[in-house]
Amino acid sequence: MSKQRNDGHDGTASRRAFLAAAATGVTGALAGCAGIGGGQEEAAGVAGETLTLTTTTSTYDTGLLDAIHPDFEEMYGVSVDAVAQGTGAALETARNGDSDVVMVHARGLEDEFMRNGYGINRRDLMFNDFVIVGPESDPAGIQGMGSATEALTAIAEAEAPFVSRGDNSGTHTKELNLWEAAGTEPGGDWYQETGTGMGEALNIANQQDAYTLSDRGTFISQRSELDLVILVQGPIGGGPEILANPYGIMAVNPGVHENANYDLAMAYIGWITSPETQEAISEYQVNGEQLFFPRAVSEDPDFQQYVPEGWSSNSTDG
Amino acid sequence: MPLDTVAQLVPAVAGLPFEEGYVSSVIFVSLYVSLIAVTLSTLFSIPVALVMGFTDFPGQQFVKSVINTGMGFPSVVVGLLVLFAVSNQGPLGTFDLIFTKQAMIMSQFVLATPPITAISLAAITGVSGNVRDAAHALGGTRIDVALVVIKEARYGIATAVLAGFGRAISEVGSVLIVGGNITSADGISKTRTLTTAIQLEARQGQYGTAMVLGAVLVALVLLVNAIVVRLGSDGVSGR
Repeated sequence: MSKQRNDGHDGTASRRAFLAAAATGVTGALAGCAGIGGGQEEAAGVAGETLTLTTTTSTYDTGLLDAIHPDFEEMYGVSVDAVAQGTGAALETARNGDSDVVMVHARGLEDEFMRNGYGINRRDLMFNDFVIVGPESDPAGIQGMGSATEALTAIAEAEAPFVSRGDNSGTHTKELNLWEAAGTEPGGDWYQETGTGMGEALNIANQQDAYTLSDRGTFISQRSELDLVILVQGPIGGGPEILANPYGIMAVNPGVHENANYDLAMAYIGWITSPETQEAISEYQVNGEQLFFPRAVSEDPDFQQYVPEGWSSNSTDG
Repeated sequence: MPLDTVAQLVPAVAGLPFEEGYVSSVIFVSLYVSLIAVTLSTLFSIPVALVMGFTDFPGQQFVKSVINTGMGFPSVVVGLLVLFAVSNQGPLGTFDLIFTKQAMIMSQFVLATPPITAISLAAITGVSGNVRDAAHALGGTRIDVALVVIKEARYGIATAVLAGFGRAISEVGSVLIVGGNITSADGISKTRTLTTAIQLEARQGQYGTAMVLGAVLVALVLLVNAIVVRLGSDGVSGR
């Protein structure tokens, strides 16, 4: 199946994040990979192959991947198929051997994936944070609360409308952890599970003057169309550490799924954790704001990124 | 360049805030997948309808009820079943079909076949016995008779094909599951159709853009309908 490629880019200014990316030299990258990807190239190494990445809606919908992937595609002469599914679904697809590499944001689920042998070579990738957003009127009075759990408790007590993603995504997982930490079982008419992506959940919250937990990136991407405001900041805005949102990247274990494109997955992990790409991630902006903060390159790396958290060499679990 | 031709057919595309080539490639994938699926489905369904219309065999009622059930079968479940089939864990896992157009064609084939078969069957059984007898009397072979009947029933069959196409191209759940809604980084669609592009825009809260893409999809369906109706009326007249 030959891919139709189009080298023209007009770089039209627009709200769409990936257009900003188009203006940053995608054209050059395109010229480099025109004709590659889908063709049966008789080239050495990985050229002409396809890497399937399953990831979360937040990395895709903010336009980050569209901004950085051309560089990788050009460097190796490959194409990256990014499937945006939400953390739970992305891991499940990888468990079935239908993807080569996963980029997600729920450390507990990632650790489970690693312990069960499906994932290998996990690296910390980047972080942003979660914020609690809601209507300016703030019926539950959570504005400026230094604690996310207190804020959720206040929302529950006021029975103020709250929109939950309810889709087993990283954000939804975080939200459930927060309710658990707050010791509150959410329920009742005020608590609405939408089962939608973050953008749609923000829109629903906007229409209903409801609170919701959002990753900062998606909220910034959409802020111009929302009346919602940030009421409780995450750590980037000086808020509590519990609202941190770290992203990890893992290769699918070729020992479990021999069809996994391990070499290319490792090339991808090497590339995305390289100083250059980490720099590109930190330079990626939407509406003049940085969305993701690199975490892979550090003078003082965190050993926990290579193993499940809480692991010790004499632990008995396999 | 089929993409350019398609893009010219839809002038509305010019005003969309996307990279050049994005919308036309999405339209191309939509048409490519649905047209191939419906063509294969038609080639499969019409012989089935002919056999069912012309002969009596044990279990015919059962086949009929399967077809009728298929008409109302939830498309998202079809998507799940195709996913299980083409997933690395599934029986077709070796072919690496997941997140490809071929997998989308498979699920749309399954979706389009019941309505095409059922409506064709109604059209074929509606052709009067006299026509069949006359064709036989003139020394026609079974194939000749079948061709005469198809010619007589062509309007009904065209309706059937359109119904199948409508079901295929407006479907979102199953192609999202088996196709993965993929575009390459240069904004050229690999498995993103108009319906899944609309779903993506809605997910991001870009309702305006979603509406425009929706209008493009509706225009496309109307266009295909117009072409099929036109072909029907330009066909050899039955008199």
